[in-house]
Amino acid sequence: MADLLPLFKQLWLVWLVLLFAGIVVWTMWPGNRARFDRAARIPFEEDR
Amino acid sequence: MAEASASARALPAYDEDVVRWFALAAIFWGIVGFLVGTFIAFQLAYPWLNLPVEWGTFGRLRPVHTSAVIFAFGGNVLLATSLYVVQRTCRVPLFGGPALAAFLFWGYQLFIVLAASGYVLGITQGREYAEPEWYVDLWLTLVWVVYLVIFLGTILTRRESHIYVANWFYLAFILTIAVLHIFNNLAIPVSFFGAKSYSLFAGVQDALTQWWYGHNAVGFFLTAGFLGIMYYFVPKQAERPVYSYRLSIVHFWALIFLYIWAGPHHLHYTALPDWAQVLGMTFSVMLWMPSWGGMINGLMTLSGAWDKLRWDPVLRFLVVSVAFYGMSTFEGPLMSVRQVNALSHYTDWTVGHVHSGALGWVAFVSFGALYYLVPRLWKADRLYSIRLVEWHFWIATLGIVLYITAMWVSGIMQGLMWRTYDHLGFLQFSFVETVEAMHPFYVVRALGGVLFTAGALIMAYNLWRTMRREVREEEWLPSQLGALRVARPA
Repeated sequence: MADLLPLFKQLWLVWLVLLFAGIVVWTMWPGNRARFDRAARIPFEEDR
Repeated sequence: MAEASASARALPAYDEDVVRWFALAAIFWGIVGFLVGTFIAFQLAYPWLNLPVEWGTFGRLRPVHTSAVIFAFGGNVLLATSLYVVQRTCRVPLFGGPALAAFLFWGYQLFIVLAASGYVLGITQGREYAEPEWYVDLWLTLVWVVYLVIFLGTILTRRESHIYVANWFYLAFILTIAVLHIFNNLAIPVSFFGAKSYSLFAGVQDALTQWWYGHNAVGFFLTAGFLGIMYYFVPKQAERPVYSYRLSIVHFWALIFLYIWAGPHHLHYTALPDWAQVLGMTFSVMLWMPSWGGMINGLMTLSGAWDKLRWDPVLRFLVVSVAFYGMSTFEGPLMSVRQVNALSHYTDWTVGHVHSGALGWVAFVSFGALYYLVPRLWKADRLYSIRLVEWHFWIATLGIVLYITAMWVSGIMQGLMWRTYDHLGFLQFSFVETVEAMHPFYVVRALGGVLFTAGALIMAYNLWRTMRREVREEEWLPSQLGALRVARPA
């Protein structure tokens, strides 16, 4: 594990870009569309 | 907790007292900050206005202006809106109850008074936007942790499964400001009872720490926090959900991943290593993407409802603020390019850029949010006068145009004069000649400040009458009012 740490630190940019790419894929995943459409309505459900 | 079961169907009892206090404080400090800003603008145009006492000079009053508008006006707006939005989008009252909220309010106001009184007395760390000395820094750290506890606690106890995107922006703002504040203010006091301290860092490391803080104060205080306002109040005032919720998620994470690296662009052509300067410049240019993604998302929320802009000046404040957000975040990356920065740095162009963001984006989105909040918080049917909002909008817009065009012209002229050589290779202009040439632009800038402040005074009057639940006789069709009329839950 201690040997992996320098590698992890050196490639920080790669890990962060991969993490961001993962977030974008998750966001754009067609199956999540309905969930996000509902989330957009949250400010209009507060008085109900 | 006892009454929670009784109101299973009814709305939760939101804690709105603290939101009302923060809104009042924002209006008060806003006017103080605008007045001081206008005064110091006149000081630059007419130096005899530097009063013959230390605390009456530009050097002492300038941080009073910057801190008053950023932390006192902007900060109280962020506190008011975040505590309002988090309760309603999580559908629970504030975590910690009214007592903790009251501590947050008074603790934050004490921070403002301690900071501002220190500046006029000459107590300063000399770090831009982080001028307060160590004892004020410690106090703010305590207050800020309480803010985080209240905000995060409310999110964790929510009755809505999804955390609405505005709360993500607010949380990023609260967390990042905590980290920035603590690390930038690491300092060793000279004595236990003395105000003076020295930074833990030295030389270029100190400069980089300061601008890592300074730029992210822009990125997370003046951008992420106010984007939280945009993502709640633009949909509410336009009466339609945000254009693309998925774009808002990408906007959020792109902003978070990129902004934190942009600080070194404040240190071009200094002792900071070249690679760090280029890194800061590159990340600044990449920020174009989330900035414009966010602007498009805010503006397109109006698609199919653009006609509302004809009637609703509150929506106009919010939409124009988003347009200024797009404009100033286009200009910023441009200025972070080293070759452009060689011309713009240390000139009034920077001041013009900052104010197109501060007046156009931050203040306008805050005005929009205050106009939305006050009738709802004080249980009025609508604002006292919608015509006065129109007047505020146009006077303030004219003020901004005067301000930023004067500073652009003045700044570029200043930068060009500094780098003009004569045929023998000597500098063409002495420094004082460049100062003299700026005088007319300083007068125009100060007039812009007068207009902007006048607009804010109109707002304060209008909101004060609204708080008294007075309604001015004005002819509006019900169809024109839209979100201007406060809807009551049935």
